[in-house]
Amino acid sequence: MGVDALTGGARRLVDRWLFRLRRPEAAPIILYQRRIYVLPTAAGYAFALALLVMLIASINYNLSLGYGLTFLIGGVAVASIVHAFRNLLQLSIRNGRTEPTFCGDNIVFHLLIDNHRPARRPALCLRAQGGSTAFDLAPGTVTEVSLALPTKARGPFPLGRTTLETRWPLGLIRAWSVFIPDTTGLVYPAPEADPPPLPGLTAGDAHGQRSLRAGDDDFAGLRNHQQSDSPQHLAWKVLARGGPLMTKQFSSLEGGDVSLEWSSLPSTLDDEARLSRLTAWLLMAERSGQRYALQLPSRYFPRGSGRVHLHQCLRALALHGQPHAGSSDV
Amino acid sequence: MFRRRAGTPPHSSAQAALRRDQGAWLLSAAALTLAPHLLTLPLWVSALSVLLLGWRASLLWQGGRTPNTYLILLIAVAAGIGVRVAFGHFFGKDPGLAFLALLLGLKLLETSSMRDIRAAILLCFFLQLGVFFDNQSLPVAGLALCASLLSIGALLSLSDPAAGTRERLRTSALLLAQGLPFMLVLFVLFPRIEGPLWGLPADAHSGMSGLSNTMAPGSISDLSLSEAIAFRADFAGIPPQPAQRYWRGPVLSVFDGTTWRAARHLEGDRPPYEPSGPRLDYRITLEAHNQRWLLALDFPAGSPDGVRYSSTFQAMYRQPLRSRTRLDLVAYPETVVGLNEHAHVLDTALRLPPDSNPRTQALAQQLAAGSTSPEDILARTLARMREIDLTYTLRPPLTGTNGVDAFLFDTRRGFCEHFASAFVFMMRAAGVPARVVTGYQGGEINPVDGSMIVRQSDAHAWAEVWLPQRGWVRVDPTALAAPGRIESGMAGALPAGEVLPLFMRPHLSWLRDLRFRWEAVSNSWNQWVLGYNPERQREFLSRLGLGELSWSTWIGVLGVMAAGLMGLLFAWALRQARAADPLDRAWAAFSARLARRGLNRRPAEGPLDYGRRLAQALPDDAAEITDITTRYANLRYRPPASPEAVRELKRRIRILKLT
Repeated sequence: MGVDALTGGARRLVDRWLFRLRRPEAAPIILYQRRIYVLPTAAGYAFALALLVMLIASINYNLSLGYGLTFLIGGVAVASIVHAFRNLLQLSIRNGRTEPTFCGDNIVFHLLIDNHRPARRPALCLRAQGGSTAFDLAPGTVTEVSLALPTKARGPFPLGRTTLETRWPLGLIRAWSVFIPDTTGLVYPAPEADPPPLPGLTAGDAHGQRSLRAGDDDFAGLRNHQQSDSPQHLAWKVLARGGPLMTKQFSSLEGGDVSLEWSSLPSTLDDEARLSRLTAWLLMAERSGQRYALQLPSRYFPRGSGRVHLHQCLRALALHGQPHAGSSDV
Repeated sequence: MFRRRAGTPPHSSAQAALRRDQGAWLLSAAALTLAPHLLTLPLWVSALSVLLLGWRASLLWQGGRTPNTYLILLIAVAAGIGVRVAFGHFFGKDPGLAFLALLLGLKLLETSSMRDIRAAILLCFFLQLGVFFDNQSLPVAGLALCASLLSIGALLSLSDPAAGTRERLRTSALLLAQGLPFMLVLFVLFPRIEGPLWGLPADAHSGMSGLSNTMAPGSISDLSLSEAIAFRADFAGIPPQPAQRYWRGPVLSVFDGTTWRAARHLEGDRPPYEPSGPRLDYRITLEAHNQRWLLALDFPAGSPDGVRYSSTFQAMYRQPLRSRTRLDLVAYPETVVGLNEHAHVLDTALRLPPDSNPRTQALAQQLAAGSTSPEDILARTLARMREIDLTYTLRPPLTGTNGVDAFLFDTRRGFCEHFASAFVFMMRAAGVPARVVTGYQGGEINPVDGSMIVRQSDAHAWAEVWLPQRGWVRVDPTALAAPGRIESGMAGALPAGEVLPLFMRPHLSWLRDLRFRWEAVSNSWNQWVLGYNPERQREFLSRLGLGELSWSTWIGVLGVMAAGLMGLLFAWALRQARAADPLDRAWAAFSARLARRGLNRRPAEGPLDYGRRLAQALPDDAAEITDITTRYANLRYRPPASPEAVRELKRRIRILKLT
């Protein structure tokens, strides 16, 4: 741990002073010459050693052409530095979408890389936080590059320190650039592996078999609009006629409403276990087609269903107890 | 155009199996590298190398598992032992190259990781260097360049598996072209260090041909078939006439009945004669022959560095010539030599094995019987030899123990060594001191660059006779039978019907001409590339005004040059990036064309507004102009543009005809 902390500290120092990395950069990030670095790879050092041996042989045996060959290959290696550098030069990087994922799965960041040059950019590699992806860029195109990273904890997942590197053309030189794209993914809590069944119907759902849910089924009437209702279900026609703000209701024939409550979970569970169970329940409820409400200590999501509702709830779970839980920039 | 691609896992460098295209690059690089070695390596090494490459190729194209690592190790150890047995030693260039060649084949067989493949390519580079031990000619340099191109292509195929063959070739050639200036600067400026850094292995200088210090029947006629260049000479003034072109090599005074040998002789810093008469200045470039003698024109004088003079009037170098050497020499053709010759030298020049060639001995004594002076004996002997009607031939019949008898009385066909040998034998038998001189006679001027080329086929043997008032006098008995040999070279001397070496055939003069050109090129190659030694470097740098370079200036100059080249390369990288937008260029071209008609685009005017204004001004072309400006606006402001669409726009602009 001590060593890790030390190397971590050293890396931060290098990042700050050498690479001038401080905070995430707004897109587009353009790789100008000042932020591209080149150093030999291990193969490059081996190559240099081989050239030295060839030079000594040429001196010893007085081989004029030996000098020529050695210097020519050396010149090629030097030229390859510039090729590697040029392979990154003036690439521009923008953020693409990033889908939330469950903890333990890979979160996939999509970056848009713009190659203005009418020439191919071969053998590039994007790395961040233990994940990497290799790709080529076609001439004059924008390419979406996906970077899958393993997740270990719920909450916001900033992409963070990212490296774009290339060992093209000869594998002797590594050219790279380091940047922090201003993009953050969201990691939902991992669903509990073997959760108990959904809690029973709540008292408020005494209407019997016919229940209301925000599905695409039959139109079942209108009710007064509530803050939490999806704007998709606003009765625009009513509004247009000058009527009050109403919400369309859709009916479904089966399933009852479920209320998932933080406080009703057994007190033996800690916060993360509760989040896990709630996550699993949310997914189960969504799958079974029931409407569900979510009650958290700080927030309440009234009954609803569908992707939007599910993701709102999951997002709240993911951000539970996080400093910026209320912010919506994620 | 918008491209999506799923993130692919990065290439794992640990277990990358050789892909087919990578394998093809690697194999062709290895094959081209090994090809020139196959001629010089021992047969079994060549065969095994070819076999290993073939095995690799069949694995690549037919599939199948790469052989077990232990099997490869076993073959490697066996190959090592084989090389040790075949050469008797392990460290040296020949066993080293043999072992490297086998190692390359084995390395190719076990390529399972990127590192193996890179190691194989480094082996290729070593072996390319190894070709130069034997041959540094221009074609070999070209071959090495091609092999380097393929090796770099193989490296490219590792780091960029997606590229096509043409793209790899182009990138590889571009890299080589950009590496070339670095090579030139380093080649010229890198300090040349004289001589080996440590003792060279014993086999460092094997395989050089030329005269030897013995002469037996056949030893020179064998050389005569070789078109190889022995040396070149550049004369300061008019070159000597063909009859004067006697380049002196080993002087052979000892005869054992079949073979002529050199006697022991003294050496000094000054020639053992007073040079006199007209003087010829020339510069000689000798091919390495691993002997100390220089082939100087009779009779050498002057004291260039490292040259010594033997008591048999040869110019000798301080050490065997193991690399091509250039020397500035002086000759005085009319010098009288050997007036006060030592008694023991003359004694040696009279000695004959008592019972050899009895018929010739009898003839010589008969000629000497009635004569008054050595000059008289000489004249009679020459007259007698002329009467015998000897024939000059490249393919003399074999003779037995009494070679001179057989030549003079039976076969009467011989090459210069037979003539010289028989003549000297007769003179000695008649009591006149005489000896055989070997060397080269002739040389042709290359009309392309004016230098005189002397080939192994110009190797010759003549005689020297010692006369009391005149010292050693050159007599060339071959001239008796074939006077043309001296005047116009071998082609003029051989009787009709004799098969000439290819280049000497008169109707192939275009071939000769081609060869002259080629040899002029390779002469400059030799002088400037291969002969670029410490002296040449000093000479060249001082001509550039750099003079004697101290270490600090040297590093400074080299640093500035390298930085300049690097700067140029970076400028290239940046320039490409800036000039990259073809759309802007096309639009600029369009605007420029209309500006020439007085319709400048206003700074604040967008393409569509500009297009409308243009359409009003040029109603005949309105449709086409509107099309172009709309296309441009779409391409520019609805990114990203596809290259095809940009090309189409460019085409439209090009074909736009303004009325």
